[in-house]
Order: sequence, then structure tokens, then C-alpha cells
Amino acid sequence: MAVVQDVHGHHDHHPSGIMRWVTTTNHKDIGTMYLWFSFAMFLTGGFLAMGIRAELFMPGIQILEPELFNSFTTLHGLIMVFGAIMPAFVGLANWQVPMMIGAPDMAFARMNNWSFWLLPVAGSLLISSFFVPGGAAAGGWTFYPPLSAQGGLGVDMMIFAIHILGASSIMGAINIITTILNMRAPGMTLMKMPMFVWTWLITAYLLVLVMPVLAGTVTMLLTDRHFGTSFFNAAGGGDPVLFQHVFWFFGHPEVYIMILPAFGIVSEIIPTFSRKPLFGYSSMVYATASIAILSCVVWAHHMFTVGMPAVGQLFFMYATMLIAVPTGVKVFNWTATMWRGSMTFETPMLFSIGFIFLFVIGGFSGVVCAIVPIDIQVQDTYYVIAHFHYVLVSGALFAIFAGVYYWLPKWCGRMYDEKLAKMHFWLSMIFFNVAFFVQHFLGLAGMPRRIPDYSLQFADFNMISSIGAFGFGLSQLLFLYIVIKCIRGGEKAADKPWDGGTTLEWTLPSPAPYHSFETPPVIK
Amino acid sequence: MTQSVTKTNTNVAMLKKLLVFTVVMFGFGYALVPMYERFCEVTGINNLLQPDVLDKNIKVDMTRMIAIELDANVRGMPWKFKPLQASVKIHPGESIEVMYEIRNDSDQEISGQAIPSYSPRLLEKYLKKFECFCFTKQVLKPGEVRQMPVKFVIDPQIPVDINTVTISYTFFALEPGM
Repeated sequence: MAVVQDVHGHHDHHPSGIMRWVTTTNHKDIGTMYLWFSFAMFLTGGFLAMGIRAELFMPGIQILEPELFNSFTTLHGLIMVFGAIMPAFVGLANWQVPMMIGAPDMAFARMNNWSFWLLPVAGSLLISSFFVPGGAAAGGWTFYPPLSAQGGLGVDMMIFAIHILGASSIMGAINIITTILNMRAPGMTLMKMPMFVWTWLITAYLLVLVMPVLAGTVTMLLTDRHFGTSFFNAAGGGDPVLFQHVFWFFGHPEVYIMILPAFGIVSEIIPTFSRKPLFGYSSMVYATASIAILSCVVWAHHMFTVGMPAVGQLFFMYATMLIAVPTGVKVFNWTATMWRGSMTFETPMLFSIGFIFLFVIGGFSGVVCAIVPIDIQVQDTYYVIAHFHYVLVSGALFAIFAGVYYWLPKWCGRMYDEKLAKMHFWLSMIFFNVAFFVQHFLGLAGMPRRIPDYSLQFADFNMISSIGAFGFGLSQLLFLYIVIKCIRGGEKAADKPWDGGTTLEWTLPSPAPYHSFETPPVIK
Repeated sequence: MTQSVTKTNTNVAMLKKLLVFTVVMFGFGYALVPMYERFCEVTGINNLLQPDVLDKNIKVDMTRMIAIELDANVRGMPWKFKPLQASVKIHPGESIEVMYEIRNDSDQEISGQAIPSYSPRLLEKYLKKFECFCFTKQVLKPGEVRQMPVKFVIDPQIPVDINTVTISYTFFALEPGM
């Protein structure tokens, strides 16, 4: 592979129009494209979610045939995980990591361009798979065989999309690791890096650790489907349970790939709006690292019901519960940072506090799910759905919103409409809980996931949940409006719009110049 | 300028290391397959296709009877496969031989592999098979009929609430050359 280093001159020349975006190697342009792409995917995945909730609004089959419903749940999961949440974090990293460590750009600017432009290819493969004969993959976002070994062309398109997304993530991760390790401004030692940079460094290592394993897994699935191998095919002596082990070896660290950068964002915002340094910085770093390490030894808690020896179940149960310790350290540190701070509640702070509240609920339901006898009851029910939406929507997504509002003045040079943004927060907060809190009850009462119909006793809670989901979905259009409004006009933002901000990006003018830190700042 | 060249070189060195690491992890994904096989072999999980070692001191529990229902299936191949008796009753600890019959209805030589399945699931722990047609692949000439035994003992340790169990075999076609 040719690696071309981009060493820009001291001028702002770049092609205009569409070619600017196709050929750009600028970390800010690429970050912007990542963020817009992930937002488009978020709306696509959201549309699928609306379809799911519309079908589940009432018992019986009204809108979606069961097969299409299954495709909706499958693609909703894949698009949200690989298309929305992960690229959004990479977009934030592209914008912020170089500015926060005082680097002029990412280490491999051209590779950066390539890793972005792979994404629309993968995204369109996933979406167009709805229109091929047999329809999109319908075996759940975890694509367990034998279902995924049997599906039609849609499954092959999904496998190919995952290969592409994996390649993009790995390149992105390599870029971020190299940038952080090699390109920090003089004087910025590892233990002086902002928390967002730390969490991304650890996340990027997790990515290069597990994304290749996912690539291997889908390759095995592909050769099982078309080239006569029998990794997962019982008929040829393979084992479908093996797939689950290999998949979750990727899948569990993946969960932390989607939450560690969120921890980083919140760890930037809470100190800024509490006007106090982050409480227990070094313990935050160690907690992040230990979460990452522990995340690699807990995978089988996703598969307590496959028939595992009791010893195995106990090991994975205790290891899983152990993750609550470093996570607890983080929550206590955020709380201690706010303690006696001069707090103000602008939108980034609201989303961060909302994050802490709701993520802790999701964390607790995670500990509940870790208990083997309970997990055997709630496996594949709406309790699990509620759990992971509390950590992924009110966890990862709320942190992304917080980060976007926090840095939007730096990116655009203008303030967003604070009143509308607060409304976006409260609408999201309320509707999110309406949509997902009741799903705990549905799950405990035994409503299974991935089924388009349900027994009558679940009807009321499902209707409430659907109303919440529709409200939550619509509220996100308000977010789109706020961002566009901010780009097009609004009050001029100061270089440091938040008086508590201490990281390097606030020393740059707003909007951040196309090329920043060409002469590295010196950190004392 | 020299400084930026050194920086470029260290970046490329880092890129190479990380790419090697990525390739190693891709290989690791594949290495998990034999690793799990070995793990299951060592720990005795999932050893459905190997003979069990029979404990010589096993005692027959004359106070209990267990009904064993026999089931046979064929998946995607032109064979007829059936047990010669639908069910048997034995005392735990007593050894028994049951017979199955396969017939190749096609005009080609076909090889197949039988995969066992037990109900309830925990029967696997208590069923000690010391002879079974599922330990090897079966090759049948066109029209050939074969009767094959399974010899086993049910461990008397089997929980007292289990009175009926099912042993099921499914034949899968093996690709030529496997």
C-alpha cells in the first residue's frame, strides 16, 4: 500500500465544489463528512426503527410481513452500530484529536480519505440489499448461522458490507493510534492528554484487536455459503455455536468501542461546565484501560443459554460483573467533578448529565443480565432490548449529541440556538424513556425480541413504547434543523465559547482554520 | 524539513506494525477454530463422536427403568434411515445394543455422517456409548442396505426425575473427498 504523507503548504488552496469533498485529505473536511454520513445512516436506521415500532403498535400483523419485519430489525441493528454510532465517533475523532493534541492533521491523510469513502459504498450495499430477490438479511444483526448460512443474496451483500466497514474501521483506528502516539505537541505527555484522546487511543487499539476477527468470522461464513467449507455447518462437521464464540469475541469489545469514546466526551464536558478539573484523571485512564481489557474476557455472557458448563457460566458471570467496578469508578469521578463546581446547564452539559443518569440505568440492567439464572429468563426478550438501548442510545448517542453541541461553535464559528437545543434535549430525554423504560417490563413479562406479533397482554406497553419511539424519532429532525441553522447563521462564537474549557482546541480561532497547529504549540 | 521526514518515517514504521498486528488478528480468528476444537476435546465438552470409556465398577440400578425412544432422520440425501425398534426399556447401568438400518435408494455411492442429538440435553452427560455407527462415516453403494449397532449404558447417576429419554440421529451427506 502506498502511504502518502500530506505535508500542506501554508495556504488554503483546495478544489471547490464536489471535488473538494471527494479528494480532501483535511481532517476537518473528513470529520465533517463522517458526521454527515453517520447522521444520514442514523435517519435510515431510525426509519427502520419507526417501521418496527409501527408494526408493534398493535398486536397482529398490520404493516410489515414477518420476513420484512425481520429484515427491518436486522438492518436497523447493523446500520445503527456500523453506520451511525461508529462513524460518528470516528468523525468526532477526526475533528478533535488533531486539535486536542496540537497536531496539524491526521498521520495518514490520504488513508483517512479512503477510509471515509469506503463507508458510503458499504452503506449503499446494506440499503440496496432490501431490493434484491429474497430481500435483505433477516437473521438478526448478529447473523448467527444456520439462518445466515441459508439466506439469499441479501446476506452476501451484508457480508461484503461488513468486510468493507471493517476495513474502514481498521484504517481509521491505525490512523488514530499513529496520530496520537507520534504527533502530539511537544510537552504533551501521555498522562497530559485530554480524556477524549485517551479513550479514543484505547478504543482504536480495541478496533485493531477485534475488527480483523470479525472479518475472519464473516469470511468463514462466506466460504461456508459458497466454497464448501464447514466451519459452522453441522452437516459437514462444523458447529454453529463456534460462530457465536468467534462473533462475540469481536462483539463484546465492540460494545466498548461504542461507549469508550462517549466516556471521553463526557469527561471533557463535565469539567468544562463544572469549572473544575476532572476528578481523578489518572484513575479515569486506568479505568478505561481495565474496561478495555476486561471486555475481551466476557464474550460468552451473550450465550449463557447455548449449553455451557457451569464453570464457564460462573467465570463469565463474575468477569462481567467485575466490569461494573471500573465503570463505577468513572461514574463516581464524574459525580465528584460536579460536586461543588460552579455548574451551568448548557445543552452539552444537559446531554452529559442525561448520559450519566440513563447510562447508569443501562449499566445496572447489564449487571442484572450478567446473573446467569436471570439471564436464562430474559435472554432474547425485550429486557435485553431495553438494556442495550439504554447504553447505546442514551449512552453513546447522547454523548455524541453532547459532543456535537459542545464543539459546534468551534466547527462553525457560530453558536447554535440554545433554546431549541434545550428543547431537543428534553424531548429526546422524555421520549427516550417513554419508548424504552416500558420495554423492561415487557421483557420481564416474557415478550420475545425479533417477533412482529405479540400476545394481547403486552398491547398497552407496546403502544406506549411506540408512541415514545415516534416522538424520539421526530425530535431528531429538530436536531437536524438546529445544526443547519447553526451552519447558516447565528450569533458569532468566541474562540472559547465555554469559559471552563481548558483543552487546546479552544486556543484556536472560531471557526477553526482549515489548517491548524502547523507550528505545534508547546505544552508546559 | 528533516524533522518532518523523521516524523513521516516513524509514522510509516508504526503503520507497518499495526498492519502486521491486524493480519495476525485476522489469523487469530481462524486459529480460534482449532483452539476451540482442542479445548472441547480436552475438557470433554461436545465429544459426541468419540467412544466413551466404560467404568468397570458401574452398578446396575434394578429399582429404576428408563424408557429410551429412538429416532432417526436424514437431511438432504436419498437414504432411508430407521431404528429397528421404536423404543427400549432398560435399567440404568445395564448395557444394551440397539440396531439401526440405512438404505441407499440412489444409484450413486454416497457417504454420510450421523450426528447424535439427545433429549433432555443433560442426557449427554450420562449416556456412555462405547460403540456407534456415528463414530465413523458410512459409505453406501447404490442400493446397499446396512444394519448398524449402537451399544451404550446409561449412568445410574442420572437424576431420578428422568424416566424417558430420546436418542436421535441425523444423517448428513458428506461431500465427495471428505
